[in-house]
Amino acid sequence: MIDLVIDVLSWILLILGGSCVLIGGVGGLRLPNFYTRIHASSLTDTMGNILIFLGLMLQAGFTLATLKLFAVMLFLLLTGPTATYALANAALLSGIKPDTGSTNDDNTEESPK
Amino acid sequence: MKITQTTRSSQQGKARLSSIILLFLVLSGSWLLWSGLYKPLLIGLGLFSCLLSTYLAHRMGFFRHHKALLRQLPKLPGYWLWLLKEIVTSTLDVAKIILSPSLPISPTLVELKTLPKTDVGKVILGNSITLSPGTVTINLSDGKILVHCLTQAGAKDLEQGSANRRAAELEGKVK
Repeated sequence: MIDLVIDVLSWILLILGGSCVLIGGVGGLRLPNFYTRIHASSLTDTMGNILIFLGLMLQAGFTLATLKLFAVMLFLLLTGPTATYALANAALLSGIKPDTGSTNDDNTEESPK
Repeated sequence: MKITQTTRSSQQGKARLSSIILLFLVLSGSWLLWSGLYKPLLIGLGLFSCLLSTYLAHRMGFFRHHKALLRQLPKLPGYWLWLLKEIVTSTLDVAKIILSPSLPISPTLVELKTLPKTDVGKVILGNSITLSPGTVTINLSDGKILVHCLTQAGAKDLEQGSANRRAAELEGKVK
């Protein structure tokens, strides 16, 4: 009985995590320019990551594997934003203007705004 | 005993041998615990990777910051819980925005003064902001942090400064 409950719970978490990743992907396609697209990827990075790893931890039960999964989740959560920062900062330094609202990347550099 | 180098010294700073050994021991311990295989080849590889990690940490200037980091360690779990709550709410907001047909975004730039004083505190603040969907840190320098927000509502929340205050509280009464 308790196994079934845990199984159902972990599948709910996995499915929610999967849909977070999917929504992040949809956002990456729908949002108009570089800086807004980063926001979509942070959805995948953060919530998708947490939910999928929680689901996997429930599948693994009280084992060393759970501890390892938790550690991997933590490391991803610590390094993910650092990578995002590196990307966003590189874009800023190379001159992509972040304040040109909802236009496409193609006309951000030439447009007189 | 102090280890110093003339080149890149601004990045590396001075490192006490005891802290270097401590980091190496922690790395080796966790490697042994998580590997679970005790063949000579694997232990050799583990030792090599621990040595390499320690060297890289030294080269990156980790030993200039590890004291501030250790001081904040006990308060981190509570901070993480608060951050998790923030992440959940902002995830729902951003998911709603992405899925709504009209795509109601209003990208905004916000510049905040960082309340945390140490470099570690500033990095924790910047990464927390990036971690919660809808806000991305794009520059951090001279005690100021530049954040790109997906909506103006998100920008307003950020200007209230609860993340800033929480990250500063992590440091306790340093200085």
